[in-house]
Amino acid sequence: MEVPYIIKEREDTGLINSKLGIWIFLASEIMLFGGLFSAYIFLRLAAPPGDFARWASELSVPLATVNTLVLISSSVSMVMAWASLKLKDVSKYKMYMGITLLCSLIFLIIKYFEYTAKFSHHIYPSSSTFMAIYFTLTGLHGIHIIGGMIVMIYFWLPIGNKMWETQPELFTNRVEVLGLYWHFVDLVWIFLFPVLYLL
Amino acid sequence: MSSDSHDRGHHDEGFIRKYIFSVDHKIIGLQYGITALFFLLFGFSLMAIMRWQLAYPDTAVPIVGFLFGESGTLAPEQYNSLGAMHGTIMIFLGVVPLAVGAFGNYLVPLQIGAVDMAFPRLNAASYWSYFVGGVIMISSFFMPEGAARSGWTSYPPLSIFENGQTIWLISMVFLITSSLLGSMNIIVTIVQLRAPGLTWMRLSVFVWAQFVTSFLLVLAFPPLEAAAILQLMDRVAGTSFFLPSGLVLSGEIVDVAGSGSPLLWQHLFWFLAHPEVYVLILPAMGIVAEILTNNTRKPLWGYKSIIYSMIFLGFCSFIVWAHHMFLTGMGQAMSAFFQTTTMIISIPSVVILTSYFLSLWGGSIRFNTPMLFALAFLPMFGIGGLTGLPLGLAATDIYLHDTYYVIGHFHYVVAPGTIFALFAGIYYWFPKITGKKMNEMLGKLHFWPSLIFMNGIFMPMFIQGLAGVSRRLADGGEAYAHASGVLHWNEFMTTSAFLLGIAQLPFIINIIMSLFSGEKSGTNPWDSTTVEWAAPSPPLPHVNFDSEITVYRSSYEYSTPDAKKDFIPQTEK
Repeated sequence: MEVPYIIKEREDTGLINSKLGIWIFLASEIMLFGGLFSAYIFLRLAAPPGDFARWASELSVPLATVNTLVLISSSVSMVMAWASLKLKDVSKYKMYMGITLLCSLIFLIIKYFEYTAKFSHHIYPSSSTFMAIYFTLTGLHGIHIIGGMIVMIYFWLPIGNKMWETQPELFTNRVEVLGLYWHFVDLVWIFLFPVLYLL
Repeated sequence: MSSDSHDRGHHDEGFIRKYIFSVDHKIIGLQYGITALFFLLFGFSLMAIMRWQLAYPDTAVPIVGFLFGESGTLAPEQYNSLGAMHGTIMIFLGVVPLAVGAFGNYLVPLQIGAVDMAFPRLNAASYWSYFVGGVIMISSFFMPEGAARSGWTSYPPLSIFENGQTIWLISMVFLITSSLLGSMNIIVTIVQLRAPGLTWMRLSVFVWAQFVTSFLLVLAFPPLEAAAILQLMDRVAGTSFFLPSGLVLSGEIVDVAGSGSPLLWQHLFWFLAHPEVYVLILPAMGIVAEILTNNTRKPLWGYKSIIYSMIFLGFCSFIVWAHHMFLTGMGQAMSAFFQTTTMIISIPSVVILTSYFLSLWGGSIRFNTPMLFALAFLPMFGIGGLTGLPLGLAATDIYLHDTYYVIGHFHYVVAPGTIFALFAGIYYWFPKITGKKMNEMLGKLHFWPSLIFMNGIFMPMFIQGLAGVSRRLADGGEAYAHASGVLHWNEFMTTSAFLLGIAQLPFIINIIMSLFSGEKSGTNPWDSTTVEWAAPSPPLPHVNFDSEITVYRSSYEYSTPDAKKDFIPQTEK
């Protein structure tokens, strides 16, 4: 006896289990980042006037803009990867998933240069409250990127995508769920970019 | 699916796969239950040591005194450590895992007629994350720095500088992860896996309670995780999220960037910890509803009002958190808002409790052990709830804040409240889990002393608190003149606490004895209506029921006029 509604939707809810599960997980993620964004607002209000803006000017807006574009592209290619599976085109799926992985890698590399540039100027989380919340938020976001990449690599390599041969529908669903998570991670960055770099 | 009905539940699995790294919700529920009961006992022993210290400050602690140095008495830091760990263990490792992890895991799939939880492997991950978190928490006693000593609330700036806090934070990250995985699983299970015919308004109150509880856990725990990350940064990376500029420690200004805020921690912490109160109480209310209606042989009075009240309670619990912070100087406007919402949230609790009392009216009550515990829950939770009202009003809270009155209040809610309900649940569902009934005589020997000694411990706390004795004092307040008139209660409370410990012996003996030589119970020993009693006792591994379940009626059809028996199971046409 298997748990039902793994592949086929339940009629009255119109959902498969994993999709409902990931949405609830994302709700908890919103509360996690929501808590940190609230902390940001709270700390900004408590800080001496102009302190946050002064420290924010240390960050590189051009690099972050490139990173925003890179992440948005990765979201597009993630959708394309899922759509390719729906069209039963595995080679295209592998290409698009590869592009998504590449984009996330570029994002991390740029982030690495941003971090090391700060460290070389002796700017650390302990330098100011702004830098503390900057490193915490982007660091946590980076961990989410790495987590997503691990799952992507698994689904990209034969060890994960051999499921396509045996259970194509289940595999497609899994990629869709991964995609939902990935869009959320992008969305967090869409909020982080203006809040940390532009305001 | 019906073709395999004759070998439902037949799986050849090795011992480790079957009992240790199982993915069966029943085994995981039992793992949660056993682990949590051990933690409850451990947390209780910590309290017993503290109580000894309060009653007999200069006498060495018996038996375990050698752990606390030559004198055998507690140093103030050790007392603080035990206090912090008692709170943490009881809440995060004891009561919540027992109420949600054990009861939720074991009973939710059974009560909705499902074969398992929606995500069995996630379920196992949730238990093992809890286990690892628990091991880390306990291991902090053996670290060179010792266990955390900043209270279970971990208020900065103290918690940033005190020893042992880092381990506490790391352990909390594991425990939070465990709760998140578990509660997501419960929500998806209830939404997706209800048996055909089991509509929302046919669900048992227990399942509804677990549903609302899970939403509270999913939405309230992440902000605490955020806060824990920030505090970890403060301790490890030298940031100052919670440290204001110019903070003085041991006569010197602390060398940090500053401009942080200790209040921020309190907001993030109580944003979790107030919903957490309802996480502690809602499953208990669910269990009590099941047992009351079963033993009054009547439908539950006001089923719908109870459900709507629980949902309303869930929503409201997110907007009352700052009533824990009236004394922080956050401002009159904030206090006014939060005291208003706090008064509003008491309404649904009263609706639920009143419905339970009215359910008793005109019933032919069976006074068995589960029913006794469930009945005791009502006045005990009532005392706990009503004594909370003066704490929710800013004016009276100024006087009562951080006194023993607060301790008395929330212990009435959790100890003779929730824990009694959990005991009731264990006695009630033990026959389903093991196929054996528990001994009634020993059960009553467990119940009556527990009831008396619980009150013996917590009632005097109101007296001490109203006299102004502060909590968290290693000497119990000896240094304060205003406390001198009420400190003689300490000996009475300590004696009660030790006797309460002894009163748990019949319970332990009962469990072990009934397991081996208990009277066989059959499928439905309590003549109950809900779905779990349609499964064999114990339910079959991995599939629970011996045939597909269909539900035809609402959850509590007792004493229906013109029916042949005084109960009609939900699964009966």
